[in-house]
Amino acid sequence: MSTISRAEVPAAATDGREPAAHVRGNLRFFLNELRLVFFRRRNQLLLAVVVLFPLLIGIGLKLAAPHGGGGGGGGPASGGAAFFNQLAGNGVFLTFIALSLLLILVLPVVIAVISGDSVAGEAGYGTLRYLLTVPAGRTRLLAVKYLTIVVWAVTATVIVSAVALVVGVILFPVGPVTLLSGTTVSLGAGLVRVLLVTLYVCAAMAALGAIGLAVSTFTEHSIGAIAAVMILVVASEVVDQIPQFASVAPYLPTHWWNSFDSLLRTPVDTTTLWHGLLSFGVYAALFCAIAWARFTSGDVTS
Amino acid sequence: MAAEALAISSEGLTKRFRGQLAVDHIDLAVPRGAVYGFLGPNGSGKTTTIRMLLGLAYPTSGTAELLGVPVPDGAVSVLSRVGSLVEGPAFYPYLSGWDNLARYDAADRSASSKSAAARIGQALERVGLTAAAKKRYRNYSLGMKQRLAIAAGLLRPRELIILDEPTNGLDPQGTREVRALIRQIAAEGITVFVSSHLLAEVEQVCSHVGVMRVGKLVFQGSLPELRHTGAARITVATADVAAAAKVFGKLGLADPAQGEDTITAELGDAEPEVICAELVHAGVGVRGLSVESPSLEDLFVGLTGEGFDVDH
Repeated sequence: MSTISRAEVPAAATDGREPAAHVRGNLRFFLNELRLVFFRRRNQLLLAVVVLFPLLIGIGLKLAAPHGGGGGGGGPASGGAAFFNQLAGNGVFLTFIALSLLLILVLPVVIAVISGDSVAGEAGYGTLRYLLTVPAGRTRLLAVKYLTIVVWAVTATVIVSAVALVVGVILFPVGPVTLLSGTTVSLGAGLVRVLLVTLYVCAAMAALGAIGLAVSTFTEHSIGAIAAVMILVVASEVVDQIPQFASVAPYLPTHWWNSFDSLLRTPVDTTTLWHGLLSFGVYAALFCAIAWARFTSGDVTS
Repeated sequence: MAAEALAISSEGLTKRFRGQLAVDHIDLAVPRGAVYGFLGPNGSGKTTTIRMLLGLAYPTSGTAELLGVPVPDGAVSVLSRVGSLVEGPAFYPYLSGWDNLARYDAADRSASSKSAAARIGQALERVGLTAAAKKRYRNYSLGMKQRLAIAAGLLRPRELIILDEPTNGLDPQGTREVRALIRQIAAEGITVFVSSHLLAEVEQVCSHVGVMRVGKLVFQGSLPELRHTGAARITVATADVAAAAKVFGKLGLADPAQGEDTITAELGDAEPEVICAELVHAGVGVRGLSVESPSLEDLFVGLTGEGFDVDH
């Protein structure tokens, strides 16, 4: 009797406790993927670098700051220029400075490494074919991969903000926040702005992660995928700087990244913010669709 | 009914890569409970066939079924009942053997997390890797890697195990271990589909064989059936080869070949006793007479051709 039922056990078991078991099974796979990414030595080193940068920026600016406050000289010409002068007056501004500086290269690299490696890395190791024969399911695997990239992007961004905030509070005076438009809001309202800016950058990095995921489905060499994403980011940033290309600039993937300074003015320029979020949403949706179309239709040859 | 009796079946299964036929209209029929040796030289289309069976590659045309479920459409539902090893082991080098199995186990939506530790422990024990469970995969020997891959295939109760070249790169002892594992798995009533480019490696464990040659399935059947395809030859040692040849000709023996003092021909339906009597009757002095069937290895090479890749 037991031998007869043996074959039917898996099918019957999954049918019997369908919804709950389904959710648990997906959650278990997602948690395992998170573990794989966050416990990997290479990735932990990347996060350590992310911690280090705001720390160094804070210390550097403290040492360079002229005594008695007030912005000195012309300041850097980058998009972060507007915040530098405020820093001496309020440590909260270190968050904005750190985010705008790290958005140029460091955060994109950190996102590109994980997203470019996501599928290509599995293909390179050959583990992709085993995951698919487990069977993990192609769409399900891709969904777990992208969710993990999003968690990674949020983690890296939040680390930058949090470390910068702590360093800023320690090294610089803290009090009511004077915004770029000249109005002063309470420290609490200022911290809410910090949170909103952080979330905005998280969205930008999650969109970049979708691009990395899509690129990753086209190759089994993760280094190639990572390099391709970085070339795309740098090319987009360069084109964005050339006045002759102003007409295409709003459609570039990196164009809206620094637009979070709209949140540091009153009234908040919501049009720009929505444009930015729309851009991120479109990029994320488009590249997730590309990744899905490619990954579910092609032969796995790794 | 017919599909229920077959663990693997395919009809006209074909895969074309950029105009080149890698697999050419093959009709597989693997009975349940069989140990099926899927043989052929490297590059004859074995791995491509296995990739199609497992839903990794999509066929250009034709259909295939695993345990009665069509693939690749039903792959996700049927593959949890199928264990597999495709083109060598593949794991995360920076994880331990245990964590690697836990990774594949977690990807299985039908597996419960509560019994995961028990499952992984059992699978490792079955392939004798319990002591190396905490060791990083990077530091495993080739044989251990191969065994870990088999352990991954045994994580869940399976009805079918597909092993692609499981003995590739193993030393004789490793090969023997894998063979013992295959026997053990088959003894539990699980169908085993094992590919190899060496007949000798699977001959002792197989009940059925399929032989591939440049993308075509040139033979399929049980081992005794394969033996039957070989034409037995009669060899007569005599001083008078010319006279013996005349007798052979009169008896209608096919493919005669004369040596210095021997002559051979295909035996066909003729009785050796009758041939001997006829020879004696014709006055040919018979010094010796023997009938030999070709070895399986000869038959295999005859089917696949003497490719430069056949031997290794």
